[in-house]
Amino acid sequence: MKDNAARSRGKKKTVNSKEVIVFDNVVKAYSTGAPALNGISLTINRGEFVFIVGDSGSGKSTLIKLLLKELNPTEGTIIVNGQNLNKLRRRKVPKYRRNIGVVFQDFRLLKDRNVYENVAFAQRIVQTPMREMRKNVPSTLSLVGLADKYKARPMQLSGGEQQRVALARALVNHPPIILADEPTGNLDPKNSWEIMKLFEEINEQGTTVVVVTHNKEIVDAMQKRVIALKKGVIVSDEKEGGYVDEN
Amino acid sequence: MRISTLFYVFRQGVRNIFRNKWFSLASVATMSICLFLFGLFFAVIVNFQNIVKAAQEGVSIVVFFDYGIEDSRIAEIGDLLDAREEVSDFVYVSPEEAWDGFKGDYLGDSGLELTENPLADSANYQVYMSDVSKQAELVEFLESVDGIRSVMRSELVASTLTGFNSLVAYVSMGIIILLLVVSVFLISNTITVGISVRKEEIGIMKYVGATDFFVRSPFVIEGILIGFVGALIPLVLVYYVYHAVIDYITIKFSVLSGLLAFMPVEELFKSLVPVCVIMGVGIGFLGSFITVRKHLRV
Repeated sequence: MKDNAARSRGKKKTVNSKEVIVFDNVVKAYSTGAPALNGISLTINRGEFVFIVGDSGSGKSTLIKLLLKELNPTEGTIIVNGQNLNKLRRRKVPKYRRNIGVVFQDFRLLKDRNVYENVAFAQRIVQTPMREMRKNVPSTLSLVGLADKYKARPMQLSGGEQQRVALARALVNHPPIILADEPTGNLDPKNSWEIMKLFEEINEQGTTVVVVTHNKEIVDAMQKRVIALKKGVIVSDEKEGGYVDEN
Repeated sequence: MRISTLFYVFRQGVRNIFRNKWFSLASVATMSICLFLFGLFFAVIVNFQNIVKAAQEGVSIVVFFDYGIEDSRIAEIGDLLDAREEVSDFVYVSPEEAWDGFKGDYLGDSGLELTENPLADSANYQVYMSDVSKQAELVEFLESVDGIRSVMRSELVASTLTGFNSLVAYVSMGIIILLLVVSVFLISNTITVGISVRKEEIGIMKYVGATDFFVRSPFVIEGILIGFVGALIPLVLVYYVYHAVIDYITIKFSVLSGLLAFMPVEELFKSLVPVCVIMGVGIGFLGSFITVRKHLRV
């Protein structure tokens, strides 16, 4: 492992302008057990729609945590939007995260604030002027079909609606990357499809979309690039693939 | 930083108080109880010190002059006393005043018949001290001054009062430190419980790209406001309790009115208000600042 680390430090990874996410020989090991990710190398280009699939324990969650700079790799280099995450200082992490719109399985909305406030929160963080915020939030809510529910609290909404609010929050600052962690995991098939259609629309407008999912039906139907992980290693990477059944 | 962001952060802090009203109430109650106990104790200590100080100021030393001393020399000794820091006041007592005083105290009406003053050489200065612990030093100095025949003093009273004053100071410091430690422990526990519930909220903010300042500020403002209210409530309570207790003691123990020199409530509050407010706001600020920090590493 030491040799790998030395190699990855010594070799400077060059990134062309099309590449938005680059993993170069990334290893993430926890204090016990086998590494969660073991020598992952992948490149995602601007405007791509990518599914990352794999069973529990395949390393999907670790990959997302690394992308969000919640964890640091044990070895290897991660470059996102031209920024080397290995060298990113802690105080720069908030600014970095603003370039990634994140959508979680459990929505992660601020329960004590209404729909408008939840979406506006992302704009407040980047200190958007109030006048612009008053235009941007309603237009983003319209995009996800929730313009009329801006006063509702998260608990008054269905699962599908809550996920749309989360998506609106992820989109409102127009980040170049949308990262979704099991976005349909808590939704019925109808809502799942609606959310995926929204992702597709966003992707068509030029945003890079990375979706981590278990949903075989959706992956098979959408015919996008599919990266399959198993025990921390990439087992397949197909341009217009389907769900890789590991059994 | 935009002004609108500062307003937003402040508004969120105020809203947090109402959104988490049970937590806010628990924090205010804990803070109030601690500061109420502190306020009561502070009042007791300050009054003790006031009473001791009043007793100290009543202790005088008497300076007798040489026989046949010139008036100008008496005035010079007066100037020397005036220059001493530990002297709070001194009064010249002429032989006539000394004799009148003696007659009044001991002879009553029978003294009127005496026409000659047997205390002709008893002109003196009655010297009052601001710090009785320096009595011995002052006496030593006065005994070395030309024109002074003798110096009368009460060493026992001085040493007892000095000892009592030190005892009160040590005991009060100990109890105040103990109360502060208990307060900080109770309040930080309350804040920890309150913030643990909102750990998820802090995590969400961090994932969306909020800076530590943006996440922490509403919590800190909430802590400061809770601390401020938590300081005002006990101050109001202490004000009324103090009044009631002083009234009760003054009426029930009127015999001791000469001994018990209570500090007026306005005088007490001149120091208690800033101390309590600084403590409340300080504990609220530090408690929230430190506790939120634990959850910011997301």
